[in-house]
Amino acid sequence: MNNTGENTIPLSLRLLLMVLLTVMAVGLAYAVLSLPAQAPGLSVYAVENINISGVSNPVTAVLLNYRAYDTFLELGVLLLALLGVWSLGCAGCQHQSSPGPVLDSLSRLLVPILIMVSGYLLWAGAHAPGGAFQAGSVLGAAGVLLLLAGWRIHAGLAGLPLRIALVLGVAVFALVGAVLILPGGQLLAFPPAYAGGLILLFETVATLSIAISLTALFLGADPDEEDAS
Amino acid sequence: MEALTQLQLAFDAVLGLALLWLAWQTLASPELFRAIVLFIAFGLLMALAWVRLEAPDVALAEAAIGAGLTGALLLTALSRLEPKNKSKIPHSKKPESEVDE
Amino acid sequence: MSYIFLYALVGMGLFTLGLYALIIHAHLLRKILAINIMGSGVFLVLVALAARTEGAAPDPVPHAMVITGIVVAVSATALALALMLRVRSETGRAELDEEPLSKFDD
Repeated sequence: MNNTGENTIPLSLRLLLMVLLTVMAVGLAYAVLSLPAQAPGLSVYAVENINISGVSNPVTAVLLNYRAYDTFLELGVLLLALLGVWSLGCAGCQHQSSPGPVLDSLSRLLVPILIMVSGYLLWAGAHAPGGAFQAGSVLGAAGVLLLLAGWRIHAGLAGLPLRIALVLGVAVFALVGAVLILPGGQLLAFPPAYAGGLILLFETVATLSIAISLTALFLGADPDEEDAS
Repeated sequence: MEALTQLQLAFDAVLGLALLWLAWQTLASPELFRAIVLFIAFGLLMALAWVRLEAPDVALAEAAIGAGLTGALLLTALSRLEPKNKSKIPHSKKPESEVDE
Repeated sequence: MSYIFLYALVGMGLFTLGLYALIIHAHLLRKILAINIMGSGVFLVLVALAARTEGAAPDPVPHAMVITGIVVAVSATALALALMLRVRSETGRAELDEEPLSKFDD
């Protein structure tokens, strides 16, 4: 344990910390165990309105209809994190090892499967476990696998097209949200007749944006600048 | 039915203890590479816990992100953290303080 | 539903373990791992409490919050790792300045 850097903190201070944290944990445990055993929470409302939400999976209904602004802001957070990573630059992002034969053939095999699984999750999210976040992260994993296998984005796509794909999710949410406000509605309150189609549109753009953002976060530096330097 | 409930409770107890043990091992491991691999295993067990809590949507997200993408991010960052003249895969028994300097 | 509260207690244990490690470790990569484990603990408590009503389907609202939270956690981790690499390239160490604690050393 001497190598973990803990030894910079003296034992007495560590013991004090343990005591304080134990007190905190006991307090938290008491708070949780004294909660009422039966509490349906918001599930009653979620199930009551499922017929006008456009989908039959309650989690997708919450994510993309009842609380669609959560998903909207979450896409914003992804974009901000990516801007932060790009603005920091990246020392040591350039050099990388060439993939071995196993990784090369594995990525050839897995990437099509991952893309198919992602498409299935996107479609199934309306009525079964799945949805934009899961599909986006599976697609992002496919992108990471491609990057590991030595693939790089085409120089012509690294500039504006990449940026358009990155802001696609936020832009579509903002645009459709604004259009829905105009006839006197509320932000991202879908009319029940169009809810199913709108949710599919949102899920598709969110999947693409999440996947490309996660892949870009893995790459670390702005591929456009990487090429320029 | 009674036996099944007992079995499920035993499974929950083992899973809970395994999660706590893996978290402790992750945080106390002297080697960073080992810590990250244990963290990936921790993410996979979290996905099992979500299934037990009847949250398959969360389990799918956790399996793809918690176990896959976060692990890849952490391992890449670790390899970028290491000096270029040393081996990329740190399974030599070097404590991180040496690797750092 | 005792097993639900078992998971909630495990979640709290993970949070406490992570907080302890976050405070005592100096290395930034360990701090990032600790924050991730704290987050997993919070998610576990949320989802466990969402499932605590017997005989009813779990509340989907905390599930949706946790899914959002997992994606936010991975993007925050990526940003933290980039910051750590930058600290490392500026100072040569992947640790924060220990000055505030050094007065306890003797």
